[in-house]
Amino acid sequence: MSDILSLSLSGLRAKLADGSVSATEAVSSCLERIADTEPAIEALLTVTGEEALNQAQAMDAAGPDASKPLWGVPVVVKDAICTKGVATTCASRILENFVPFYDATCVARLKEAGAILLGKANMDEFAMGSSTENSAFQKTRNPWNLDKVPGGSSGGSGATVAAGQCFAALGTDTGGSIRLPASFCGVTGIKPTYGRISRYGVVAYGSSLDQVGPLARTAEDCAVMLQVMSGHDAKDSTSAPREVPDFVAQTAARKDLKGLRLGLPEEYWGEGLTEEVRACCDQAVEAAKGLGAVVVPVKLPHTKYAIATYYIVAMAEASSNLARFDGVRYGFRHPEAKDLRDLYEMSRSEGFGEEVQRRIVLGTYVLSAGYYDAYYRKAAQVRRLIRQDFLDAFQACDVIVGPTSPFTAFGLGEKADDPLQMYLADIFTISLNLSGLPGLSMPVGLGKESGLPVGLQMFGKAWDEGTILGAANALSDALPQVGMPKI
Amino acid sequence: MKFTPQQAAKVAALARLRLPEEKLERIAGQIGDILSYMETLESCDTAGVEPLYSPVEHPTPLRADVAEKTFQRSDILSGAPETDGTYFIVPKIVAG
Repeated sequence: MSDILSLSLSGLRAKLADGSVSATEAVSSCLERIADTEPAIEALLTVTGEEALNQAQAMDAAGPDASKPLWGVPVVVKDAICTKGVATTCASRILENFVPFYDATCVARLKEAGAILLGKANMDEFAMGSSTENSAFQKTRNPWNLDKVPGGSSGGSGATVAAGQCFAALGTDTGGSIRLPASFCGVTGIKPTYGRISRYGVVAYGSSLDQVGPLARTAEDCAVMLQVMSGHDAKDSTSAPREVPDFVAQTAARKDLKGLRLGLPEEYWGEGLTEEVRACCDQAVEAAKGLGAVVVPVKLPHTKYAIATYYIVAMAEASSNLARFDGVRYGFRHPEAKDLRDLYEMSRSEGFGEEVQRRIVLGTYVLSAGYYDAYYRKAAQVRRLIRQDFLDAFQACDVIVGPTSPFTAFGLGEKADDPLQMYLADIFTISLNLSGLPGLSMPVGLGKESGLPVGLQMFGKAWDEGTILGAANALSDALPQVGMPKI
Repeated sequence: MKFTPQQAAKVAALARLRLPEEKLERIAGQIGDILSYMETLESCDTAGVEPLYSPVEHPTPLRADVAEKTFQRSDILSGAPETDGTYFIVPKIVAG
């Protein structure tokens, strides 16, 4: 692998700025790496190599632009996010031929900042899954062990960063879909506060849960990406009209953890953790103490209800959001439909995969008259209690810390036939989405038995991404680096 | 909880999905298991708790009620399976 690819995004930025690396060299290195590794990991659904090279050459001809914080940086975007002129399939047959005529706001902001789009990352169909096995097109493999899943639903994004194919990738996180692949693939990923990044142009799954966020090598890299994408967007009424702090400065400023109170929720550190996950996470907490952090016990007593709550809310919202795929305005249309009802039913029955259909049926059921109060309204009430747990815990601490997942990456096919077991993989991530708070997963070592990355999660107060990014930055310097997989 | 293939078929039809018998059997069984798991919520006391449907705290922003042209018609039609250049074309809705 070339020296360029061993750089972090921040390291590359410096070299692009001083001219010691050109945008063309950066893009070429990534494309070579994609050619070498993609047959094994299948992280990407589309590679925009020619366009990326043309763009890089034009940028080099004009020279580095200091006003653009991502000038010449090659990035990958999850295929749930609209990219003008580039297929956006959501890894679904129903959108197989969909080429958006506009960019999602987050993509437009990356481009304005000088980023170069290298391709689109594989995912679970419509972001429904925890392993990237639900893609209609290919199964992405974990670069650390090709027999293991990369996590989901942003598994393509996690794998492409881990394999050194790009310097950062965008994911979406509805119930942990950035943090779980970050954990399984040994990279850092952050789900921002709900409303921090516009959802305009992001194909909706669970509208009150979805957030876009970056996956990258370091917390510092995530801060740069987050900085560029954050801020109010008039095209998205859920985007927050508030100032964006200087995340990059906040991240760089944190050299130790003195004065920081870390809350350890007993519900996340009890039974169910594998020994290797516990060992790595314990080691990280000890390192945090060594950096001056104070550890306090906290309680999140409604955690036991989180998965049931999440799946009712998410599936209800999904069943509503996916009603727009009807074969009329875009996407797949069944060629044999004789009338309009045929057109809807045949297009949707053939276009959606089974996990998506299962969630539509379940979501429609829990929203139906007679069951709405028992399921959806009840879940919304529990959702408030789960959020209140966090607000109470944050009275005693600044950051909540726990494992991202109870286990390291599991085997391909291991949970594929048991949806409920697959849902349980999200046990430590989904409460955060229900609450709308920010959370980050960072690598804290390799499991002793599996040799696979272990992720530690940090939850922050609403709008306080700077604190968790800074804490992760300081802590990573005190931990053994997991490095890159040998692929 | 028992969720029958007949119930699955009824709900699927409401969602405009036409699923084969075998898939309905499988999905119904899985949904039954998932709904049973969701019954854990019954043990949570939510008396007097206001539902939380969205974490958004700011009021919905309103723009001036002025019509704007944001996209060209050709853009909107560009991804459609069938158009006449002006409208989306669909199979007939009314017989005759």
